[in-house]
Amino acid sequence: MLLRWGKNNIAFMVLFFVVVAIGIWIENQYYLQVLTFIGINSLLALGLNMLMGYAGQISLGHAAFYGLGAYTSAILSVHYNVNPWLALIGAVLTASLIAFIIGIPTLKLSGYYLGMGTLGFGMVVHVLFREWSTLTGGASGFVGIPPLELGPISFLSVRNYFYLVWLIMLANMVICRRLIDSRIGRALRSIHDSEHAAEAVGVDTANLKLMIFVFSAAMSAVAGFLYAHFVSFISPGSFTFLASVRMVTMVVIGGMASIWGALLGASLLTLLPEWLHAFADYEMVVYGAVLMIVMILLPQGLTRGLTEIYERSRK
Amino acid sequence: MSMQKLTKNVVLLLCVIFAGCLLTSSWVQAASTYKIGGIFAVTGPASFLGDPEKKSMEMAVKSINDRGGIDGHLLETVIYDTEADPTKGVMAVNKLINKDKVLAIIGPSTTPTTLAVINFVERAQMPLISCAAGIQITQPVKQWVFKTAQSDVLAVASLYSHLQEVGIRKIGILTVSNAFGESGKHQLEAQAGAYDIEIARAESFGAKDTDMTAQLTKIRKTDPQAVICWGTNPGPAVVAKNVEQLKMKMPLYMSHGVASPKFIELAGDSAEGICLPSGKILVAGLLPANDLQKEVLTQYIEQFESRYDGKVSGFGGYAFDAVNILAKAMKGSGGDREMIRAAIEKMGNHVGVSGIFNFSATEHNGLGPDAFVVVKIKNSTWELLR
Amino acid sequence: MQELLQYLFSGITNGAIYAVIAVGFSMLYSSTELINFAHGEFVMLGALTLVTLWGGLHLPLALAFILTVGIVSGAGFIFERFAVRTVKKPDHIVLVIITVGASIFLRGIGMLIWGKDAYSVPAFSGHQPLDICGATLLPQSIWIMAIVGIMVFGLYYFFSRTLTGKAMRACAISKRAAWITGIPTGKMVLLAFMMSTGMGGVAGAMIAPITMSSYDMGTILGLKGFCAAMLGGIGSLWGAVIGGFLLGIAEAMGVGLISSSLKDAIAFVLLLAILYVRPGGIVNARDVQRF
Repeated sequence: MLLRWGKNNIAFMVLFFVVVAIGIWIENQYYLQVLTFIGINSLLALGLNMLMGYAGQISLGHAAFYGLGAYTSAILSVHYNVNPWLALIGAVLTASLIAFIIGIPTLKLSGYYLGMGTLGFGMVVHVLFREWSTLTGGASGFVGIPPLELGPISFLSVRNYFYLVWLIMLANMVICRRLIDSRIGRALRSIHDSEHAAEAVGVDTANLKLMIFVFSAAMSAVAGFLYAHFVSFISPGSFTFLASVRMVTMVVIGGMASIWGALLGASLLTLLPEWLHAFADYEMVVYGAVLMIVMILLPQGLTRGLTEIYERSRK
Repeated sequence: MSMQKLTKNVVLLLCVIFAGCLLTSSWVQAASTYKIGGIFAVTGPASFLGDPEKKSMEMAVKSINDRGGIDGHLLETVIYDTEADPTKGVMAVNKLINKDKVLAIIGPSTTPTTLAVINFVERAQMPLISCAAGIQITQPVKQWVFKTAQSDVLAVASLYSHLQEVGIRKIGILTVSNAFGESGKHQLEAQAGAYDIEIARAESFGAKDTDMTAQLTKIRKTDPQAVICWGTNPGPAVVAKNVEQLKMKMPLYMSHGVASPKFIELAGDSAEGICLPSGKILVAGLLPANDLQKEVLTQYIEQFESRYDGKVSGFGGYAFDAVNILAKAMKGSGGDREMIRAAIEKMGNHVGVSGIFNFSATEHNGLGPDAFVVVKIKNSTWELLR
Repeated sequence: MQELLQYLFSGITNGAIYAVIAVGFSMLYSSTELINFAHGEFVMLGALTLVTLWGGLHLPLALAFILTVGIVSGAGFIFERFAVRTVKKPDHIVLVIITVGASIFLRGIGMLIWGKDAYSVPAFSGHQPLDICGATLLPQSIWIMAIVGIMVFGLYYFFSRTLTGKAMRACAISKRAAWITGIPTGKMVLLAFMMSTGMGGVAGAMIAPITMSSYDMGTILGLKGFCAAMLGGIGSLWGAVIGGFLLGIAEAMGVGLISSSLKDAIAFVLLLAILYVRPGGIVNARDVQRF
């Protein structure tokens, strides 16, 4: 147990130093920006991975929480002149509350029905973003979201924002690792394996599922906050069903029930369109084909799949 | 699977990914070309804008290069597809600014994408000429942001003054629920009072909806003298068919969003008699010989239709005008962005496809009400009304 | 009163479209327990293929229609063979992602073949609307309802009277047991896919005259058809029909009586309501695999 804890910490330390190194050495703003977006997407994938990978619940509407975080923070900091950091708390609270209310009836469903319920919820929230124009700016979007600053540090530069996003991401990775290794984590994994068996040994499945649903919604809200204050403009088009699908794809391709899998999946899916620029009109076809091929050949996701190939080749 | 192995593998993978980023860097730039960037919604829901815009930009650049380029420098273009996604637009703009290091950027095609990239181009001090219609792009004026597409303010004004002329006082409006329709609705409501027009009913429809008879029935109940539908293909074509199906007799007006031959093709017979505000491009052949834009229009139409399949629409013209304005501004600038920006601001009387441009420090769109005419669909073709 | 009737007809028009799409969804689920997120894209293929064959090449309508269904079924064949059969670990979630990837792939193919424009075809029997008590209805809507009826009755007959149909039902109940009794389960799954995508093709061909066909029409239609299937009870064919019409009418009434801006939300609010209150759908198909 102690040894495992040690190895995990080493991995996190390595990542920390890689982040600092990149921040110091990389001059090019383009790469920094791409890496910042990768960080935001990793945060999304991590939250969803906790829900899908460890608790075994499908969510096809998680972009709603991403959007709720972004819009709540935007509305609070622009319409009500709230300090953006307080707006972050507001964003997380709003998303958590709504996740709590929606979670209670939705998590009673299972399998496809749960996926459908979350899909329906995601679509309803999207319509709300689009039609409640007095509050959200409607389909034309929300402009003028203020940049972040903390005392003397301004997060206007891409480099500083890169640090901010990745520090938050690292912190969340540590939190998730602690959660997984705790009693709660073990209970979660038991639910994933067999909900009935877990109930039989006295695990409070309903409450645990709800808790992890709220937790993952909160993480998505933080990602939304980071996105909103980075681009300073948000529109409903970024929080559609396709966005939810992209999030699920990041989790599944990276590897479920794997913190590093979330990172890998997010990196790949953020970079893939950049690499596919050269394909112009063929981009959609290639993207779809890549998704299918990865899922057909490596259904456990890349983390497990590639490490398995590595293991097999060593034998 | 031990933790150590996993970590090693993941870090290795991250390095591979990172190397991949580096490897896809562009070639070392030849010192003698001027690089300009373009970001358009070539695929996705706004491809009817982005596709002709990309083609027009390439066409314009080719003719400039055929004539020797600008001050002896050939133009090189780097064009990215935003799929009308603001996030992709931001990433593309950043790539153009920091990786491709272009001198100026043409596009994006849609208003939300433009609004998303404004802060980045302002901070990077990069001239941007947008092809999107939203009024918020140039009002309030941002130093580095210009646009060539006519604002919906002008389109609504043009349509309303026509309505006033024919004595229509009470209307019903049906708008599409996206940025274009929303902005149009806002303008229709804001300007109605100035033209003595009452909007009896305002309804909306989804871009991919298949039947609007319910909304039209609601509008018909208020007994309006005319119905205005504000959207982009294919929704308005369905509306036109529905209006015919419901046997609604009052005149139907559309927006400049359907100012393309595609609309007539989609709506078929039900397009007959519909009027809409449009750039002069649709009726270039019908313009009087002394019209200032006629020559530029005819040339553009000829070039576009001979080089690409399909008939021309007003949308490609935005990019065409943008490239030509930029080329004019680049003369004598030696590749200095501030000089390019200042040159655009001082430009006056540039005759383009979308209108005659007059820029100034307070006017970054440069078009006036003469950019629009009202056309009527008759016998499956366009007829000039005013 | 006249307005209510018009709303009803508007609802029936859309409802027939949703129903014809939902039947294909439900049929596949009832045979294989798989939700095909790419179903909307097969509908798109059907619509655009008809546009090319009938509108572009001017083949006679019946021939174009049959060819369209054949081509889309062929696409379903390829899809099953390459994308579904070869999966090593057919988890629900893996298959969902594969069908999602397939939908993106097919949309890309549609864009490459037919471009980004929209297309329109004339109605099958002229576009003079029928006047019924002051409200109008397009004859094409009647065609769609007729086709839905034929499909459902045809499937009913197939599943309950023919040997193949019964074999397919057996596979749905238990693949292993069916295989033991000698039923070629692999072929049954393939047939189910071909039938389902073929029905998607039929749906696309029928709705092409009403909607404007384009490469991206499949997404929202697929989602709404899917809601309709769940409303009625996924896996139940009658449920798909009932769900489709219910959804269409609810949307039209919502637009007519409340507000047009919330139209899209209506479908999904209904979906949530039915899931919370009665997940088996209207016909309560939870434990019943087919109708």
